Amino acid sequence: MSLETFFQHLSNGLALGSLYALIAIGYTMVYGILRLINFAHGDIFMISTYIVFYGVTMFLMPWWVAFVVAILLTGIFGILVERVAYRPLRDSPRISVMISAIGASFLIENLAIVIFGGRPKAFPIPDYFNQVAHFNTISIPFANFFIPIVTLTSLVILLFIVNKTKTGMAMRAVSKDYEAARLMGINVDNIISITFGIGSMLAAIGGILWGIKYPNLIPLLGIMPGLKAFIAAVIGGIGDIKGAVIGGFLLGMSEIMIIAFLPSLTGYRDAFAFILLIAILLFKPSGLMGQNVTEKV
Amino acid sequence: MFNKKNLYRMGLILLTVIVLAILNSVLGKYQVRILNLAGIYIVLGLSLNLINGFTGLFSLGHAGFMAIGAYTSALLTMSAVQKQANFFVQPIVPWLANIELGFLPAMMIGGIVSAIIGALLAAPILRLKDDYLAIATLGFGEIIRVIFTNTQSLTNGALGLKGLTRFTNVPYSWGIALLTIIFMFSLRRSSYGKAFMAIREDEIAAEAMGIDLFKHKLLAFTIGSFFAGVGGALLAHLMGTIDPLMFRFLMTFNILLIVVLGGIGSISGTVISAIIVTVSMEALRFLDSAINLGFVVIPSVPGMRMVLFSMLLMLVILFYQHGLMGRDEITLDTLGGFFGKFKKKEA
Repeated sequence: MSLETFFQHLSNGLALGSLYALIAIGYTMVYGILRLINFAHGDIFMISTYIVFYGVTMFLMPWWVAFVVAILLTGIFGILVERVAYRPLRDSPRISVMISAIGASFLIENLAIVIFGGRPKAFPIPDYFNQVAHFNTISIPFANFFIPIVTLTSLVILLFIVNKTKTGMAMRAVSKDYEAARLMGINVDNIISITFGIGSMLAAIGGILWGIKYPNLIPLLGIMPGLKAFIAAVIGGIGDIKGAVIGGFLLGMSEIMIIAFLPSLTGYRDAFAFILLIAILLFKPSGLMGQNVTEKV
Repeated sequence: MFNKKNLYRMGLILLTVIVLAILNSVLGKYQVRILNLAGIYIVLGLSLNLINGFTGLFSLGHAGFMAIGAYTSALLTMSAVQKQANFFVQPIVPWLANIELGFLPAMMIGGIVSAIIGALLAAPILRLKDDYLAIATLGFGEIIRVIFTNTQSLTNGALGLKGLTRFTNVPYSWGIALLTIIFMFSLRRSSYGKAFMAIREDEIAAEAMGIDLFKHKLLAFTIGSFFAGVGGALLAHLMGTIDPLMFRFLMTFNILLIVVLGGIGSISGTVISAIIVTVSMEALRFLDSAINLGFVVIPSVPGMRMVLFSMLLMLVILFYQHGLMGRDEITLDTLGGFFGKFKKKEA
């Protein structure tokens, strides 16, 4: 492999990794607080791309307005999903909550098929992102630079919120001990809503960037990135925001590199993430960044 | 052996067989197909219920094990000519090219292969719990599907296998469904079944009571995979065509819907809801096509049916977690009680 193609793969891997990372943060935040795999997260991510599509094509918004609207609406949508599908089951066995999550995910997907139609749509990419940067013989799409920058900026803002603000402190408290946090006067339900809102907004940012990079929109587009981002979160150590980002980069990069170096395995691309997941669960279940928690009887 | 209860049980089975025989001869081709599907979904629902409901292991990889059973049995029942017609992109591996078995042995081998692979896969991951186990089994389901898509000379890849002989008929599907029901009832009464349920209720307590967690979990998973494989084989030979896309997560979702609707952990609940879900899946097909209300025509919206079913799952789990039966069963006693009441009312 020549150096040029290697750099191209590198930039692609970086971009894909950033996208996984953005979605993985949502999984990890929700899991940290509710101990719940939010199966619908991938579908929330899908909704954001369609909001941009309809914003631009139907309501003729300028692209940046559509982006902001999509991020806000997706945040609200995430809060709504939590209200409807998860809050009523707060005290139920975990299996029930998980079935509810699967049900919510299927409901959103099928509603999307009914409302948006099953035919693929093209994401309206602003011309600004369609440029290609040339370095000597290497040409790299502009989006590949833009995506990691947006991801890292979002991460910094998120870490600021979680570590420096009062809400962030409440979030950390709830994830440590739900009951004790409530006793300290924290409104747990509000904090959970805020967590879902932030996670969904990050998913929306991921969705918009995903649309710019892979502009083919179908109602089921959220499933695979959603599952893989969850795997990224597990790899990084679920519940840990930085771990999710590292896991995302690791997964995206290795996915691209394996195909680059071993093209014969291209067909197995989707299986690779799951194999990695099972390997991680077997050898280091708490993930790369997670701490070991011993279970109390 | 021939006490009153057993006689009643046999009578009940005989009654079912007679009803099925009548249905089989009266109904048209399409309805018989639905009847077959109902039998197959009973087998599949019960096998998932054994893993999820009895033992409390949340497995989402059922479609993968069905795929193994379906493909194994299909490759074994196809004649050499059929195989040649299917594998035109790449010839089939030589050791499979000339094997041709009857349906029953092929189905059993399908189940056994599925059970073996299930056991091999489960052995390392069974120490995971709850949602981790769910996501790992989901991963296995996906991996199996991806492998089947890519092994062109073994499974014909994404093209799938077409033109299978449609062996599945009512005696096969319902015969196996009845055997599965009887097996599940007797398994649950056995010491193994009681151990499974003890694990579901409290793993740590069960272990303290001397139950070998790993052994019992593995056993439940293996038996479940066996029946999933058998169900997959029946389904393949009902449809006549299989391809890897058939065994997506959607398939697992349908079976999960049956188990949840019937009541997680109830055998009779699963049987009833398998029949209800299969029949309504077909009966509600009109939702996907245009509806003419006389004064207004609702244009066709493909997908409406699945919206309804996912909503149903949500509603059951949010408001009626017990499902139809909870963990109760329709037993001879409850039946007797029901008819007893009936008689009293008449008098």
